[in-house]
Amino acid sequence: MTVTPLRLDAVVKTYEDVLAVNGVHLELAPGELLALVGPSGCGKSTLLRSIAGLVAIDTGTIHLAGALVDDGRDHLPPERRAAGLVFQEHALFPHLTVADNIGFGLRDLRTDQRQTRIDELLELVDLAGFGDRFPHELSGGERQRVALARALAPSPALMLFDEPFASLDHNLRIKLRHDVAAALKATGTPAVFVTHDQQEALAIGDRIAVMRNGRIRQLGTPAEVYHQPVDDFVAAFMGTASFLPIANDATTVLGPIDLDGAAPADAVAMVRPDDIVFTASATGEAEIVGAAYHGSGWHLHARVHDGVDVYFTVGHLDAPAVGDRGTLALTPGHCQVVVPRR
Amino acid sequence: MTASAPVTETGSDRVETTAADRASRRGWPGGALVLAALVVVPIGFLAIGILDPETEVWRQQWDTRLPGQLVDTAVLLVGVSFGALFLGSSLAWLVSAYRFPGSKAFGWLLVAPLAMPSYVLGFVTMSVFGFTGPVQNQWRDWFGRDTWFPEVESIGGAIVVFTLVLYPYVFLLARAALADQAGSAYNVARSLGAGPLEAARRVVIPMLRPALAAGVAVVMMETITDFATVQYFGVDTVTVGVFRIWRGTFDRDAASEFATLVLVVALMIIGLERIMRGRARFGEAAGAAAGLGPRRLEGGRAWAAFAVCGIVLLLAFLAPTLQLVSWAFQEITGPRGTPNTERFLEFLGNSLQLALLTAVVCVLASIFIANGSRFVSGRTTGLAARLTAVGYAVPGPVVAMGVVLSLVALDDVLEGIGLGLPGTVATGSLVGLVYAYSIRFLAPGLNAIEAGMAQVPEEITASARSLGARPATIVRRIHTPLARTSVATGAVLVAVDALKELPIALLLRPIGFNTLPIWTFNLATESRFEQAALPALAIIVVAMIPVALLSRRLSRGAERA
Repeated sequence: MTVTPLRLDAVVKTYEDVLAVNGVHLELAPGELLALVGPSGCGKSTLLRSIAGLVAIDTGTIHLAGALVDDGRDHLPPERRAAGLVFQEHALFPHLTVADNIGFGLRDLRTDQRQTRIDELLELVDLAGFGDRFPHELSGGERQRVALARALAPSPALMLFDEPFASLDHNLRIKLRHDVAAALKATGTPAVFVTHDQQEALAIGDRIAVMRNGRIRQLGTPAEVYHQPVDDFVAAFMGTASFLPIANDATTVLGPIDLDGAAPADAVAMVRPDDIVFTASATGEAEIVGAAYHGSGWHLHARVHDGVDVYFTVGHLDAPAVGDRGTLALTPGHCQVVVPRR
Repeated sequence: MTASAPVTETGSDRVETTAADRASRRGWPGGALVLAALVVVPIGFLAIGILDPETEVWRQQWDTRLPGQLVDTAVLLVGVSFGALFLGSSLAWLVSAYRFPGSKAFGWLLVAPLAMPSYVLGFVTMSVFGFTGPVQNQWRDWFGRDTWFPEVESIGGAIVVFTLVLYPYVFLLARAALADQAGSAYNVARSLGAGPLEAARRVVIPMLRPALAAGVAVVMMETITDFATVQYFGVDTVTVGVFRIWRGTFDRDAASEFATLVLVVALMIIGLERIMRGRARFGEAAGAAAGLGPRRLEGGRAWAAFAVCGIVLLLAFLAPTLQLVSWAFQEITGPRGTPNTERFLEFLGNSLQLALLTAVVCVLASIFIANGSRFVSGRTTGLAARLTAVGYAVPGPVVAMGVVLSLVALDDVLEGIGLGLPGTVATGSLVGLVYAYSIRFLAPGLNAIEAGMAQVPEEITASARSLGARPATIVRRIHTPLARTSVATGAVLVAVDALKELPIALLLRPIGFNTLPIWTFNLATESRFEQAALPALAIIVVAMIPVALLSRRLSRGAERA
């Protein structure tokens, strides 16, 4: 029988006078990995802590693995919820060995069973033989893998990650996020993964929830959230985007767009950088005002006559320089989405 | 294990909390409030007593000693405050702003007098400089019988003694302030064109004011608590009045009413500190603040600075310690042999027992309070934590009389329900002593343990909870092991304070129960200085422990700078 690992209904949490979480609904499918993103202060950490039981919600309900754990009146304490937690850093018990850290949550097992389980988990996170080390003898990445193993040890119904890789360098993050996803899939454990890094969210999430001001603005697959944002906030938050005003005849400064009917009055067309083509021309209407090299190409920023900012990318061989002029066109048939302004 | 428990989609529509969950949620704030009440109730009892005054007692006191006591109290407090303020801040400026031979060592050596109890320095001073002492004898030999010599057995003598043992409080706080913000601000002011005096007047002194106010407040509190030292010098303060009434008549109502007078003085000191501090608050240590760049003194000026620091250290600590060592040596090698060894060991045992019990009580209470806010959010635990620490700001005699009143009331209640305590718990048992000591010395233990807990990240606690550990398990297996150094420090600070304590012990001791401080005091009042030397030295040695801890931290801080 499959059980919904997590269900949130109308969850509200207020601090002093600030609405940190303002009516959140959410349901996780078994084995699903949900990335929860949003700018700082959007309420994503508060939401995660409410699920863990570290924060008591004001109203709404939280069901974990089918059991009601918080209804705004009674709050099941964190130690009685079946949720595993992984934090950014500093969360290993520094006075315990790696094996004792992992074994901390395994109280009801016999000594030999406990040892077997610990070895299993060390294997899972690729740290076999590290059991006798102390946390301070490990690298940052190894510590995070121990933290993952420790949280997985009691077979939680749900895993919660609070910006777990924020303190690691770029390359290590990419490797670790892959390892984490693999370990979660291997154990079939569903997870909520809080991050402020949209690249990380796109790479790791089966679905992505974008939060702002205590609400989930959009919930969908990475492709949906990236290419069909519900508004210009989600569009801008999930990646670089140009917003082009729409004239009455369904055209923009870069040409006509496909429109079903008339665009709403306050709508703009959202275009991702890779859907724009640049052609150099001394008399072009666009002037390059910014250029940043990123290895496999250039991020360019152009301004079109009356001050519309357009962002696009080119391969590095034919990159224009700041001050160059040219014409810009939309890649035909590519997603050009109309989004309301905030 | 919770995780693998079979759960169905149609689970209960209620959050299934257990009795243990509810107990845990209510237990922390509840327990913290009980601890706070245990601290506050005795002081409250005392304060309430004044609402129904024994007019007869007050009239009699007013007609006899009270006016003189009020004058002596005021003169003593003002004199010691100015003395400690002047000595403490000048020495702090010397060692912070200048480099001269020994300036770094003096930075922490000048804290040493904290280990010298005033009742020890008091009797050494009296015996050496008093009328029959060697100094005045020599003086008379040189200059004739009738030559003037300052009267040692006077309020002036008491002020000098208190100043010498208490200035380190001002010194420490002023030095810490100079080491970071105030120091850098001085340099900024100089770079903006202010001369040294103008920079000091316009920047350093205003910035130091909160530190100086806090230091002086501690100095005044320590002064008002004392009624032993002042008696050597024939000074009669209101605190002496409490002792006289209680030990003279055992009239607890009269004594406790008199103790409220001491409480009023203490409240005035706290109010004064608030006013002196103004709206300024201790800023967060700026971390990388450069402090004062000390200037090197040359030649005569360097040696003058050395001499000033050296003389203070000599008078406040080295000379009296040497005098005690010499007396103790005479006593041990003298014709009487070592007649007091047995009693020394007995009283040392009493002192240790008392210190140990107090430390255990305070550490357990502190661990509970310091952990409470980790597991339950809300204002109750924070408020309770602040309340439990107030005992440190209440003079010992006030705490002692409050405890007497509370235990008498408890005795009456128990009597009423037929559970009378054996003997007089209130006025003659270790329970009262340990209770009063714990109220008074909880704060240093709590501060240390709270500081240690602050070093344990919230994430550690949250991780342990999410792994299914109950709060009690986390306290035992995670928090306490991680904060063990601070727990040990807290225990040592409380134990040492308890071991040195004289006023509360004198008021509350069971008949025939002696501690090292009581014994020292009694021997000294009978002018048996040689015999008092050994217990006095023992107390100083123990009191050096926290001073050494502090010095180590200071010198480490200096190395970093």
